[in-house]
Amino acid sequence: MLYWNQSRECMPREEMQKLQNERLIKTVKRVYHNVPYYRARMQEKGIEPGDIKGIEDLPKLPFTYKQDLRDNYPFGTFAVPLSEIVRIHASSGTTGKKTVVGYTRSDIERWSEVMARTLVSAGATKESVIQVAYGYGLFTGGLGAHYGAEKLGASVIPISGGNTRLQVEIMKDFGTTILACTPSYALYMAEEIEEAGIKLSELKLKAGVFGAEPCSDAMRNEIERKLGILAIDIYGLSEVIGPGVASECPCKCGLHIQEDHFIPEIIDPETEEVLPPGSQGELVFTTITKEGLPLIRYRTRDVSSLEYSPCACGRTLVRMSKVTGRTDDMLIIRGVNVFPSQIESVLLEMGDTAPHYLIIVDRVSNLDVMEVWVEMTSTMFSDEVKRIEDIEKNIRKRIEDTLGLSVQVKLVEPKSIERSQGKAKRVIDKRKI
Amino acid sequence: MFVKQISIFLENKSGRLAEVTTILGDNVIDISALSLADTTNFGILRLIVNNPVRAEEVLRDNGFTTSVTSVTAIGVKDQPGGLAAALRILNDAGVEIEYMYAFVSKKEDEALVILKTGEPEKAEEVLSSNGINVLTAEEVYDL
Repeated sequence: MLYWNQSRECMPREEMQKLQNERLIKTVKRVYHNVPYYRARMQEKGIEPGDIKGIEDLPKLPFTYKQDLRDNYPFGTFAVPLSEIVRIHASSGTTGKKTVVGYTRSDIERWSEVMARTLVSAGATKESVIQVAYGYGLFTGGLGAHYGAEKLGASVIPISGGNTRLQVEIMKDFGTTILACTPSYALYMAEEIEEAGIKLSELKLKAGVFGAEPCSDAMRNEIERKLGILAIDIYGLSEVIGPGVASECPCKCGLHIQEDHFIPEIIDPETEEVLPPGSQGELVFTTITKEGLPLIRYRTRDVSSLEYSPCACGRTLVRMSKVTGRTDDMLIIRGVNVFPSQIESVLLEMGDTAPHYLIIVDRVSNLDVMEVWVEMTSTMFSDEVKRIEDIEKNIRKRIEDTLGLSVQVKLVEPKSIERSQGKAKRVIDKRKI
Repeated sequence: MFVKQISIFLENKSGRLAEVTTILGDNVIDISALSLADTTNFGILRLIVNNPVRAEEVLRDNGFTTSVTSVTAIGVKDQPGGLAAALRILNDAGVEIEYMYAFVSKKEDEALVILKTGEPEKAEEVLSSNGINVLTAEEVYDL
C-alpha cells in the first residue's frame, strides 16, 4: 500500500486548489457567524465573508496568535457549543494557562484520517503492529497516533511514554513493526535494546514515525542505523490538529502537508508579507475542515519553506522543509513545549525569588536535560544547608508542576546572571540537533 | 551577648573563597574561625570575625549574599572525652545541634568549638551551669 487516500494525496494541483477554495469560503463564513472573536477581528480589518472568494484572498484575513487562544481561554475560540465537542486536549501556553483545543466527533475522524495517511507513508498497513510511545493525555501525540493506527486497522500497543525496559520487552515479544515516539526517545530505546543484549534480528521493527521535536538528518541517520529501520519525520501541532499535519514519504525530501485540510503559507515574520514558494519564513496554517477549533492564518512560529514541485513518491501535496527554528523563544524539551516566560511566572509567584534565571538545555545520552539557574536572594539564604536545599527542591517542584517536565535547579550567586538592556539572554541551548 | 557568625553563599566555582578572604583582608578584618559546608551545587562559608558588622557590610557591598546567626562558643578540655562531656549535657537537656566546628585556640590546654543549636539561650545556660567554659563574644572576636 503506497497511499492511504490516493485521490486526495495525489490530486492534481488545480483540483486541489478548487477544493481548498470551496472549503476556505465555507470556513470563513462559519467562523464569522459562530466565533465572536473572529467576527470582531474581521470587522476590524473591514472584511466580510463575501470578500473571500478563494485562497488568493487569504492575505486579506487577520492572523491568529497563540496569545489569542489564551485570551479566550478556555473555550472562547471554539466554533461549536461544548455539547458538540467530544475531546479536549491542551498544550503549554506562554505563561500559566494552557492552550486548549477541542474536537468534534468528525474532527476526530479527520484527525484519524490524516494520521492514517502519515502511518501509511512510513509503510504501515493493517498487518502492522504499532507501538505508540508518545505520551497519552492532554498532549495530542499519544491519542493522535493511536486513532490513526486504529483507523488503518493496525494492531495498536498504547504503551505511552516512559518505562523503557518494558517498551523494549514488548517491542520484542509483541513483534512491533512500527514505532511512534519522539526522535530522542527512539535513540534512548536503541541504547536500552543494546544494553538488554537484544539483537536487531530478534526484532521485527521496520519503520518509525518520529515527531513532536526537531530531528536533524544526522539524528535521523543515527536512529536508522541503530534501529535498522526507516525513520520518517512527522509534523503537527495541537492547535492545528495534533500529529498528522504533515509527514515525510520514503523519499525524505520534505514533509507533505495534508493540504485538503490545512492550507500553509510562508510569511516574513517581521513584515507579515506572504513570501513566494521556496522562501524561508514563518509557517502559517489555515484549517479548512475543522469544526471544533477552526484556525484562520495561525502563526506557528516554526521556520520552514514550501516546495510545490511533484515528488517522486507520486504525492502532489506540497512539501514543507524540516523545521529549522522558531521565530519566538519556545523550546522543545523531550517533546514538551517550554516557554522561558513560564519559569519567570513561577519565580515571580514564589515571592522570595528574583525573576533572574537562566535555562540551560543539553542532551545527555540522547535525552534532553534542562537546568534552571536561579539567583540566591537574602530572604532565601540561610546558614543551614538543609534549608537551602529545601528551597531548591521547592523551586524545582513548582517549575516541574508548571512545565510537566523534570528539571534541575541550581542556585547561583546574586547578579551572576547576565543583565542586558534589551532582550535578556534566558536560554543556553547546548544541544546539537 | 551571643557570638555572631556570618554565613556567605558561594557557588561552587574556583576563586570564590580567595575573593572573600581578600575582601576581608583588604578591610583589615581578622578571621578567628571558619567552616565551609558544601554540596555538589553550592557552599556556605561560615565565619567568626573580629568585626562582624563591618564584615557583613563589605561583603554585601561586594555583591555577596550573607546572613548573621547567633552561635555558641565553648572551650573544652583538650583531652579524650572533653567534647563528649559538653555534647552529653546538651543532649540531656534536649538541645539539638544543627552543626558545629572546632577551631584553634591559643591556649594550650583548651579546644574551642562553635555550636549552632536550636535554642542558643538554653544551650548557654545548661553548659555554664554544668561547668563548661562558654566564651563571650568579645573573647571570641579577640582570638
